[in-house]
Amino acid sequence: MDKEELETFRVYIAEYQTKLTTKFKARKKWVPINKNHVLASIPGTILKIMVVEKQKVKAGETLLILEAMKMENRIIMPFDGIVASINVNQGEMVPKNHVMIEVIPG
Amino acid sequence: MSLKQFIQDLRERKEIAKSGGGEKAMLKQKAMGKLTARQRITSILDEDSFQEYDMFVEHVARDFDMEKKILHGDGVIIGTGTIHGAPICIYAQDFTVAGGSLGLMHSRKICKIMDHALKMRVPLIGINDSGGARIQEGVNSLAGYGEIFFRNTMASGVIPQISVILGPCAGGAVYSPALTDFVFVVENISKMFITGPSVIKTVLGEDYTMEEVGGAKVHCEISGNAHFYAESEEECFEQIKKLVSYIPRNNQIVAKKIEAKNPLAKMKIENIVPDSPKLPYDMGDIIRSVADDSDFFEVMRDFAANIIIGFGRMNGETCGFVANQPLVLAGVLDCDSSDKAARFIRFCDSFNIPLITLEDMPGYLPGIDQEHMGVIRHGAKVLYAYCEATVPKITVIIRKAYGGGYIAMNSRHVRADFVFAWPTAEIAVMGPEGAANIVFKKEIENAEDPEAMRQKKIQEYKDKFANPYVAAAKGYVDEVIEPADTRSRLLHALAVSRDKFAYRPEKKHGIPPF
Repeated sequence: MDKEELETFRVYIAEYQTKLTTKFKARKKWVPINKNHVLASIPGTILKIMVVEKQKVKAGETLLILEAMKMENRIIMPFDGIVASINVNQGEMVPKNHVMIEVIPG
Repeated sequence: MSLKQFIQDLRERKEIAKSGGGEKAMLKQKAMGKLTARQRITSILDEDSFQEYDMFVEHVARDFDMEKKILHGDGVIIGTGTIHGAPICIYAQDFTVAGGSLGLMHSRKICKIMDHALKMRVPLIGINDSGGARIQEGVNSLAGYGEIFFRNTMASGVIPQISVILGPCAGGAVYSPALTDFVFVVENISKMFITGPSVIKTVLGEDYTMEEVGGAKVHCEISGNAHFYAESEEECFEQIKKLVSYIPRNNQIVAKKIEAKNPLAKMKIENIVPDSPKLPYDMGDIIRSVADDSDFFEVMRDFAANIIIGFGRMNGETCGFVANQPLVLAGVLDCDSSDKAARFIRFCDSFNIPLITLEDMPGYLPGIDQEHMGVIRHGAKVLYAYCEATVPKITVIIRKAYGGGYIAMNSRHVRADFVFAWPTAEIAVMGPEGAANIVFKKEIENAEDPEAMRQKKIQEYKDKFANPYVAAAKGYVDEVIEPADTRSRLLHALAVSRDKFAYRPEKKHGIPPF
């Protein structure tokens, strides 16, 4: 066994010498969901943007149309508030969980 | 025509059918580093044992000018043969014929050999090398896949099913291998995915190679879809033959017994485990020091390497080994390793293969990612599989057996038949450090020197509980044994368990946490 490959690995309080897997090392740090971020829940294309920055929008109004899997999905405002920034352009392809629009309550 | 002429005509017809997609397509197949479908079959089976059926089957597509096309054998070869003299049903998709695409008759041929395999109770080997559904045959081709999946499911647990991915296997086609027991892949040749690079490119605008999305390494190391990795087709075929030697033909019999051999003299079981419980060792060495001929055939070697699963023999008879691997992630249980172990346990139980569990695990992998990935439901699979299994089940606790992991790893409580522990075993609700912090919280906090008190209490806990004797005092451990006696104890335990009968309530089927 090549001792140099071993790394310190903590399980609860105890520390062990062991190897780490590539998959373990590649795991992503979890970040809590920011309620002010409007995320792409599915990868797709921005078909149309219906709002502009600083616009006041009511809960349930459409922010943009995200076309994905041959469906046109209306992405709606989660609460009454203001569009803080628009991070996508019409025609742009976005991956899953991309922050398309940032909003603030108010 | 004279009989001679009839025979001559038949031979000519067979030669034409065997030409597959023609010489040019065969050369193209070769240029990709791939053998032809017939070569593959004959390489896996015993020499001259292959008998082919449905050679003259023709496709039935009548749209898109398909009626003018001749597709020899409709792109798949089916037949029977032997491996190590034992019967096998086999099919191989022929990529040289319309890209091995699956049409109605193609699927009927596969279903015919699957039906034979289930009826005759012999293992099934499927060699996948296909561009996918034959678009011109539309829903008929989807129906074909569905018929195959149904048969895979009906045969599951009755006959061993082996899938060999020797080319593309994409879209719906991947679900037949996924429903079978063992999937073999080969570097640079196997490609498995639901949505390939071109779809990902269209939808996401991201560029990936086929290897990155669904190559052999990906499925062996990351997705866990494949069980055996080989550098070449030849190596893959040797692995298949070896696997078949360990398992029975069906669920009504036991695997073939071979001549018993002692482990190799160089494997010294007492020299493997280091003195410090914080230092790792290769659990594979423990298996090789108890198994016949020190031979251990590992399954899913590169996926969730923190647990080891595979076949070995004890006194010439096949056993399934499930063992924590302290060398990787300290041997913790996590989502992937639970999934890996549980499925293997169920395979062994279905096919009358006794289970030997070697335990050295400090607990479940802590982390929010594990919790969010469902370590609760994945971990429950191990419990379910062990509880449900009625084959002889023997556990040897080598070192750490903490908390929920102790229960899950075939403890007495989930109905192990024999539980042995080495004197180095630590069977406790958690590690001494954690336990001391909780049990002696007040004493530690109120001490003049809390750290010194902590160390004192950790030692106290270690002396009292981090050993096998507390569990042995309750009969949870049947016997604390010297490491050198491990093999002889296992051999005896297996010998007296041969006619084991364990009652389980009748039911349609259980509902394991899939």
